[in-house]
Amino acid sequence: MAGNPFPLAKPQLLQAYRTMRTIREFEERLHIDFGRGDIPGFVHLYAGEEAAGTGIMMHLGDGDRIASTHRGHGHCIAKGVDVVSMMKEIYGRKGGACEGKGGSMHIADLGKGMMGANGILGAGAPLVCGAALAAKFRGNGEVAISFVGDGASNQGTFLESLNLAAVWNLPAVFVVENNGYAESTSRDYAVAVDSYVDRAAGFGLPGVTVDGTDFFAVHEAAGEIIGRARKGGGPALLECKMVRFYGHFEGDAQTYRGAGELDDIRANRDCIKKFAAAVTGAGVITAAELQAVDHEVLGLIERAVGEAKAAPLPGAADLTTDVYVSY
Amino acid sequence: MARKISMKQAINEALDQEMSRDPSVIVMGEDIVGGAGGNGERDAWGGVLGVTKGLYAKHGDRLLDTPLSESAYVGAAIGAAACGLRPVAELMFIDFMGVCFDQIYNQAAKFRYMFGGKAETPVVIRTMVGAGFRAAAQHSQMLTPIFTHIPGLKVVCPSTPYDTKGLLIQAIRDNDPVIFCEHKNLYGFEGEVPEASYAIPFGEANVVRDGQSATIVGYGLMVHRALDAAAALAKEGLDCEVIDLRTLSPLDIDTVLESVEKTGRLVCVDEANPRCSIAADVSAQVAQQAFAALKGPIEMVTPPHVPVPFSPPLEDLYIPSAAQIAAAVKRTMACGRH
Repeated sequence: MAGNPFPLAKPQLLQAYRTMRTIREFEERLHIDFGRGDIPGFVHLYAGEEAAGTGIMMHLGDGDRIASTHRGHGHCIAKGVDVVSMMKEIYGRKGGACEGKGGSMHIADLGKGMMGANGILGAGAPLVCGAALAAKFRGNGEVAISFVGDGASNQGTFLESLNLAAVWNLPAVFVVENNGYAESTSRDYAVAVDSYVDRAAGFGLPGVTVDGTDFFAVHEAAGEIIGRARKGGGPALLECKMVRFYGHFEGDAQTYRGAGELDDIRANRDCIKKFAAAVTGAGVITAAELQAVDHEVLGLIERAVGEAKAAPLPGAADLTTDVYVSY
Repeated sequence: MARKISMKQAINEALDQEMSRDPSVIVMGEDIVGGAGGNGERDAWGGVLGVTKGLYAKHGDRLLDTPLSESAYVGAAIGAAACGLRPVAELMFIDFMGVCFDQIYNQAAKFRYMFGGKAETPVVIRTMVGAGFRAAAQHSQMLTPIFTHIPGLKVVCPSTPYDTKGLLIQAIRDNDPVIFCEHKNLYGFEGEVPEASYAIPFGEANVVRDGQSATIVGYGLMVHRALDAAAALAKEGLDCEVIDLRTLSPLDIDTVLESVEKTGRLVCVDEANPRCSIAADVSAQVAQQAFAALKGPIEMVTPPHVPVPFSPPLEDLYIPSAAQIAAAVKRTMACGRH
């Protein structure tokens, strides 16, 4: 048997694949169910971007906090939020991660260190400064990770947070998930610098850019940055260049994309295909083993949808609870 | 025996006692220590008006000077609250809320409900409110109604040093986000304050003057104007009840309703601009719930619907006066049923 050329043992590689595949199948299923009219509201899918969230989150424990974006399902799954409770939430059911009161854009599980998807672009960055500050006071090596897209990277909250994290030397990491589009507007139009490394340097922070469709590149860079933050080495910025398989939101016709662009990224920049090719090519994991994971994941998603559809809808008694702690 | 201290000292004492009691309480804001990173005095300011002066010597790095970066540090206070600390963030003037409003009304206020009751955000945002400092349109507003409109936020605006200490201690111990409004013109106002720690529950208005003729409702500086008006009216044989709301969210409307049931007359005083104000809200609730008890029209005494002006005579005209309140009482007494 060939040696394992990867920095992760086989069980961890299988776990990475399972996480990415779970995100992909979760999102593909939402795409179908939303199209059928089963899901209310706004839904933003993470399909195509799985390697970034997975590669980063594999370095984190429940005590490490993340603040996500409007495109938060993948971050939730990679952070360990229960898939069934997520599906119930997106279906607006009781027993959902937020009892049906948050929906796709606000899934949170503080027990898992997931401080919420967020409907306000860039709003998570100051919150992560606070989470990192709390970790610093506790002094237990915990870190906090802020995710923004290339679009929200222009928000004042994000830029102010880079500065605050730098001057307070917080154990915070700022991940820019650059999928090339802020809604329909190209990153190249809307961001004044070519490199996020330059933007980080403007705040005195180290910055790294990686191919976000390459799980191993993300995993390695994130490991170094997160490890440094844990040891008191301060904040950093990580840019993941990635691709979005669907539109900004479900229902987006994506006419702003160039001819053949979607076919090209699906054929050549699919992070899961690349991962599978790497691990099977190296002879570390067999195609049959990956298929077994696929099968298992499809069963989980099917069960999640079934339980979500069977779960009760919230009623009038739920409308006015959970506002204040006491009053 | 009775010790008199200023409202400013009452705030300082409440922070000091809570920081001593609970290591998870931290305080942050612009210049709250002062002199950070410089070569001169540390604790140079203790806040722009010296409210937090001296706390650094006792509590050290649990007081954090922040960059001029309200969105980032107010958001950080909120994030830290969601992760187990009890931050008290000082936002110098309530007028600056616009800079960081998203963090307050879309984040802090929403977490508990939006996350299905599974999050708590025990953050206090202390901020100066009110006119009278000749500080003009962007440093003088009474923006309390903007915050009472948001479910999930609690809003406090005390009128005395005693209430200030007890309500601030309650705010720090409370598990919801609290906007704690300190009237800058009352910072020097002195009153009796026990040295021991105590908390005043939210949602309990204070009847500061008993009376039978009419009910005057206010908060903050306006309580003092209402008391001045009541004293003047007493000389004319009118016996007014004055209610200090103290907390605007939760709002103790029951105490107001009970009083109006007795007096049949209501004058709502508010330093906020009139449209959709606390005065308008109290008026509406009383009209809805105690219509039968009303013997005359509800009166509102507020500034005009304009920004706060700079020039001293204009600002003095802007702020509701005791004479305006007394005139309003007389108007409602003169109208309607007896």
